Amino acid sequence: MLTALIDYDSGNLHSAAKAFERMAAERNAGQVVVTQDPDLVARADRIVLPGDGAFAACRMALGDVTGMYEAISDAVLNRGRPFLGICVGMQMMASWGREYGDTAGFDWIGGEVVRIDPARPGGRGDRLKVPHMGWNDLVIDHPHPVLAGLSTGDHAYFVHSYHFRVADPAERLAHVEYGQDITAIVGRDTMLGTQFHPEKSQAVGLRLIGNFLDWRP
Amino acid sequence: MLKVRIIPCLDVADGRVVKGVNFVDLVDAGDPVAAARAYDAAGADELCFLDIHATHENRGTMFDLVTRTAEQCFMPLTVGGGVRSHHDVRALLLAGADKVSFNSAAVANPDVVAEAADRFGSQCIVVAIDAKTVAPGKWEIFTHGGRRETGIDAVEFARTVATKGAGEILLTSMDRDGTRAGFNLGLTRAVSDAVNIPVIASGGVGTLDHLVEGVTLGGASAVLAASIFHFGDFTIAQAKAHMVAAGIPMRLT
Repeated sequence: MLTALIDYDSGNLHSAAKAFERMAAERNAGQVVVTQDPDLVARADRIVLPGDGAFAACRMALGDVTGMYEAISDAVLNRGRPFLGICVGMQMMASWGREYGDTAGFDWIGGEVVRIDPARPGGRGDRLKVPHMGWNDLVIDHPHPVLAGLSTGDHAYFVHSYHFRVADPAERLAHVEYGQDITAIVGRDTMLGTQFHPEKSQAVGLRLIGNFLDWRP
Repeated sequence: MLKVRIIPCLDVADGRVVKGVNFVDLVDAGDPVAAARAYDAAGADELCFLDIHATHENRGTMFDLVTRTAEQCFMPLTVGGGVRSHHDVRALLLAGADKVSFNSAAVANPDVVAEAADRFGSQCIVVAIDAKTVAPGKWEIFTHGGRRETGIDAVEFARTVATKGAGEILLTSMDRDGTRAGFNLGLTRAVSDAVNIPVIASGGVGTLDHLVEGVTLGGASAVLAASIFHFGDFTIAQAKAHMVAAGIPMRLT
């Protein structure tokens, strides 16, 4: 069993790799590789796409790795390999990103990625801080095998300024509240994405990673 | 709802915790990785390593510490001290830091913040501001551990670095640091109101009420403390319980 973490020069893969390695050992889930090689991704049993920074820059950096997007989409869409996008890796599953101009995403989960509105509802003049940075409690909208053992009220670590407005409510699996509903987890078929960082979310995050490695959709 | 964060800060020199951490049964009170693991288990919301003697010669030691911590602690880690350019930011991110903090280099040239934020995103760029009171309601930036005055207004500078793409401000009152007399609440409130990014209050915590005031009166999104936790005066859980009792939303683990 092989889990491929895709390296396309977007941010810190070290802690994500360590968290997946630890849970792969704990759940007896085989090998975890960090790779820039589309052939290896094509052979992988599971695919993880991290991402930090801006949507447009991440989408461009991924596009710069020849054959990578094709390898991912073939594995996920045609061969049903489990996929987990993290942070901007999750946002890129959207139809559109609106950060620094309009950028097409993978269009796997309908919707767009827009800036968090800092205006508080009922406005007393004070505004929300952006980025949305820190621990927020999840509200689970739809149960999912990868969320086994997680409940509404569990905290996950977020750091982002843009959020994913999902078109079909059935594909939003969890959200948090930050002046507005912020999508926390998206998913359909064999694909999942988390806006938060499971590799930074202590026990809650490690459990989700372990469940993903065990998942046989 | 987003929770207020408690961030223990470890001052590190030559790979060792300055003064040690004595709050649990650590075999080695000076080992930053052991201290980080203990704080992880204790429910700290983030960790901060500050390399207080950062030089070119000892950078390798810090990278090694960061790497070993990131292998064992699956929580956010901010690293600062001696960060000069986006090259330093990249090296620390690759070592396993989640956020990297600029201090003197950003004062000398705020564009280093923009260069780093453009490359790696605002989410991982912190600017540490060390400020002293120079007149009632007026604070200026001091660098080099508070020894060198710059004449730069702290609130204006906070606005500048926020515009340059900083994702967070770590605000330390040099008047209060080490005094245990509480945060400089006027400074904290002025900076927090001036910028739309999170502000971490730092410098002066001696009691749990001080942590509460940093949020309720200072408007901080997070509170940083060192000695009250390191020396075992209070646990993270006691601090969180106290803040919850004061009506502040906290993550209880």
